[in-house]
Amino acid sequence: MQKQAIFQSRLLPYALVAPQLAIVLIFFYWPALQAVIQSFLLQDAFGLSTSFVWFENYVDLFRDAAYFEAVVRTFVFSFAIAATSLSFALLLAVMADKPLRGSMLYRTLLIWPYAVAPPVVGVLWIFMLHPSLGVLSRYLRNMGIDWNPLLNGDQAASLIILAAAWKQISYNFLFFLAGLQAIPKSVFEAAAIDGARPMRRFWTVTFPLLSPTIFFLLVVNIVYAFFDTFGIIDTMTRGGPGTSTVTLVYKVYSDGLLGGNLGSSAAQSVILMVMVIVLTGIQFRFVERKVTY
Amino acid sequence: MVEEEGIRRYIAHGILWIGIAIVAFPVYIAIIASTQDNALIANGQMSLLPGGHFFEVYYQTIFVGTSGSTREPVGNMMLNSLVMALAIAIGKIAISIISAYAIVYFRFPFRMPIFWIIFITLMLPVEVRIYPTYKIVADLHMLDSYAGLALPLIASATATLLFRQFFMTVPDELLEASRIDGAGPLRFFWDTLLPLSRTNMAALFVILFILGWNQYLWPLLITTRDDMQTIQVGIRKMITTTDALTEWPIVMATAVLAMLPPVFVVVAMQKLFVRGLVETEK
Repeated sequence: MQKQAIFQSRLLPYALVAPQLAIVLIFFYWPALQAVIQSFLLQDAFGLSTSFVWFENYVDLFRDAAYFEAVVRTFVFSFAIAATSLSFALLLAVMADKPLRGSMLYRTLLIWPYAVAPPVVGVLWIFMLHPSLGVLSRYLRNMGIDWNPLLNGDQAASLIILAAAWKQISYNFLFFLAGLQAIPKSVFEAAAIDGARPMRRFWTVTFPLLSPTIFFLLVVNIVYAFFDTFGIIDTMTRGGPGTSTVTLVYKVYSDGLLGGNLGSSAAQSVILMVMVIVLTGIQFRFVERKVTY
Repeated sequence: MVEEEGIRRYIAHGILWIGIAIVAFPVYIAIIASTQDNALIANGQMSLLPGGHFFEVYYQTIFVGTSGSTREPVGNMMLNSLVMALAIAIGKIAISIISAYAIVYFRFPFRMPIFWIIFITLMLPVEVRIYPTYKIVADLHMLDSYAGLALPLIASATATLLFRQFFMTVPDELLEASRIDGAGPLRFFWDTLLPLSRTNMAALFVILFILGWNQYLWPLLITTRDDMQTIQVGIRKMITTTDALTEWPIVMATAVLAMLPPVFVVVAMQKLFVRGLVETEK
């Protein structure tokens, strides 16, 4: 795709792209390159000398049980967050897609959590479900559950999944609603004339026609769970108790900052980069072509 | 229209209101907690109705801050967040619109390689190159500065792609017409293209402002001075590890204040927000 009508100028176009090019080169390519280089280096304990160690940092990572656990944990979190948030949002979107009075109001009241920052989400949820002072914890304890996410790793993990899913509902809701509204109403009418009941209409007509949206949102939610959960985890559990809520991004952060192990942190960054590139590639490939029938 | 019995409609209304209640509940609790006495909350005796400390808590939060952990007025943190969010939104729009203009309206050597260099940045969020970026910002002496907060987050291609997409749809006749009027490239950009891009710029601004205001990991790393903290970083430091010392009403008031600007933007500019969200994801 190219424009036919264009301007002639030798220097102006370079001047126009220069600011963005400079920022991208200095703050994107240079650090990304540094991460790759650093991942092949090993620094001694005092930071006095570094040596080139080939893939040692990577090999160490793959041998490290803690890293393997973090990989598994990140994927479990991602799918749990995506499943929770997508199903809840889909239910709400299907309801809001009906010709109801006040549907604009419903939309407004459901989309604002998009604007809440991850660390604030963390603060809100830990306060609500705090073991000693949370308003909901009382009820959990009355129900006989020994609720303490600050000591119990599984409870901490489920709390993070819930909070992260909560924030993502509004985003998923908006895209589901747009997807539903793009389906021509005549398709439903045809199914209704054929005698399909509403539940059946949903599973045989709506759901398949929504599959491109569902797939797109699945990828977006996984990327969200990889990166944006950092703020939630950091304010809620700081990776604890133990390491039961340490995800890949959290590990890059804590190994680099607290542990001072920059070579390993860089190798982890590079692995994350590859993962994101793969995810984005999948998204481009399938969303561009659409999941068709 | 497909038959829709009354009862189904009531069920739909009911489910939507339950959904809204679930979504709003954590925020309701935060607002309530921000009007109550800390001793009551710390004992687990918090009431679910508003307390009487609204003015005193918000006054202390905005102008004084917590007495224990950070001692930085939240008003100042909000100012830092505002400057960072505006710098990211305006900076990104400004550099992106001119580079998109160059790429669409000019033919020059290395045009496509430059486009690809910018395009690839779309894929990698700042989190995956966090320490090397930190080192560069430190070497440039930009730690604890607004430039250091904003610049690395401007380095991404979303806005460039969006403007490129939009410029491709602008009819060629407009350029021919303004050329006949004797306008050069800068004049055409300023008088014709910019006014046409106004809605796109506004939609993008809404999204970028929210993203900028909500940044967390990057400001957490590069701000060390208390007076350069953004509100997202500040709220984390208010939660002390020893629970007894956390001043919960102030933490919750800070949470409310941190939500207020972006939520207001979403609700007040809903059309632009939805448009921006859909277009940046394309």
